[in-house]
Amino acid sequence: MYILKNAEQLLKYCGSVGIFIKDTVYFMLTRRHNLKIVLKEIVSIGIESFFLVSLISFFVGIIIAFQTASFLKQFSSEIYISSLVGLSLVRELGPVLGSLIVAARSGAAITAGIGAMKISEQVDALEAFAVNPIDYLVVPKFISLLFSMPLLVIYGGCLGIFGGYVVGAAKFSIPFNLYFQMTFESLQYKDIVSGLIKSVCFGSIIALISAFEGFRPQSSADVSKAVQMSVVRSFLLIIICDCILTALFYFILA
Amino acid sequence: MSLIELKNISKSFEQKKVLDRIDLSIEAGEAFLILGRSGAGKTVLLRHLIGLIHPDSGRVLIDGKDLNQLDEQELVQTRLKFGVVFQNSALFDSLTVGENVGFALIQHSALTKAEILPKVHTALEMVGLEGIEELYPYELSGGMRKRVAIARAIIYRPKIIIYDEPTTGIDPISVDKIVHLIQDLHQRLSITTLVVTHDLDVGLKIAQRVAFLLQGKIIFEGNKDDLQNPERITDPRVVQFIQGSSSGPIKEMEV
Ligand SMILES: Nc1ncnc2c1ncn2[C@@H]1O[C@H](COP(=O)(O)OP(=O)(O)OP(=O)(O)O)[C@@H](O)[C@H]1O
Ligand SMILES: [Mg+2]
Repeated sequence: MYILKNAEQLLKYCGSVGIFIKDTVYFMLTRRHNLKIVLKEIVSIGIESFFLVSLISFFVGIIIAFQTASFLKQFSSEIYISSLVGLSLVRELGPVLGSLIVAARSGAAITAGIGAMKISEQVDALEAFAVNPIDYLVVPKFISLLFSMPLLVIYGGCLGIFGGYVVGAAKFSIPFNLYFQMTFESLQYKDIVSGLIKSVCFGSIIALISAFEGFRPQSSADVSKAVQMSVVRSFLLIIICDCILTALFYFILA
Repeated sequence: MSLIELKNISKSFEQKKVLDRIDLSIEAGEAFLILGRSGAGKTVLLRHLIGLIHPDSGRVLIDGKDLNQLDEQELVQTRLKFGVVFQNSALFDSLTVGENVGFALIQHSALTKAEILPKVHTALEMVGLEGIEELYPYELSGGMRKRVAIARAIIYRPKIIIYDEPTTGIDPISVDKIVHLIQDLHQRLSITTLVVTHDLDVGLKIAQRVAFLLQGKIIFEGNKDDLQNPERITDPRVVQFIQGSSSGPIKEMEV
């Protein structure tokens, strides 16, 4: 019985998320949007996570460099840390870490913001003024995450590669030119594309889940729970989606 | 044909019956009062009128048209016949007072910013506020927020204005100001006014006709005079509410 009820709830949840996604995409494609608002959102989301992404990417670059170096030392081919740092950041760690950061920062903020509007009747007020809340509140965030996520990931990737270079230069005295030449030689077009596709997918997951959770609270007590839920569910979905995409790219691109 | 007609509306949330076969009609131009205790379902009833909530059964007719059968465009048009002043004012936190008041025009008209500005000014002037366009809602007192919400609702000259608890949580002097404002707007704009409140005094100052909502049912409907004339009220529950007494038939009933 218990399992049945849970399964029913899960199906209901998926159903309403599905409708929500449909509405968001519908309004995104059919309505005109205020470019200024979208640009403002892109900038604010970017700035919110800029510092964390910088820091974490840089350190992760260093960490991968050391980890791979200790392994490559056996073959005295430390020069390849550049390729490994580049590949792992561009294909995998950049998009995943970047989107986890954005989910925790901007996603939580989106849920809290919409949740606060919901419980203070502002969402009802929008509807009373014949303005669709999804069109007004969600679509600009959705569009801006579609753009800011890849931008952040590219930026984070560059910093991470730089972090790897710091290790390469300091410990193994690999020259600047050689390091970056090796990095770009090992990176193929498809690696970059797959990383960007991932970041776009993760960005839309964050926007959709955090906005959807934002509309659920009925009272102020629910808002904190909604924020928790939004971060947890975004994390989960990002990892699941990453798994699926990685497998898919493996079969398509390999 | 009445301006607003509710026909046999019922609504439950989960197991809880909030509205139970409500029938109500409101004529154009009148000032109508819905009285009821906290939790009686007043706000839920209001939300039905603008289609924020759909009834489990029954029909809502606005200007003779069934809300449930409108297409998207008609629904927009119907909603813009209403100006709603929400219980917590519901000003948009991220917008300035000016943007709040001009919101409907910004969204639904082709007017430019420069054309909207004087209209915002006039609307704010009508509610007795001036020069606060650049402030944000959190910088205002509760009474001012309420008046800004009223300005926001009247700026596009709706046919009907709905006040949900317009005086709750406001000091007595501001209450008096808001009551006068509501009366004044009712006459000046020759608008249909619908007030929902648990405050009998306030309600009776504004309205001509009254409906009394209890436990999801309307147990009294009539003119203000009927309610003030003790001989004409037969229902002891209504008498109890008017006297504001804690002993009587309502006491033991869960709301
Ligand atoms: N979306 C909802 N989901 C579940 N229950 C709800 C919902 N909206 C309202 N209710 C319930 O319906 C009942 C009536 O609520 P409503 O807000 O209409 O009361 P009210 O008459 O406006 O009271 P107040 O004077 O406190 O504003 C309440 O018991 C509330 O718990
Ligand atoms: Mg209420």
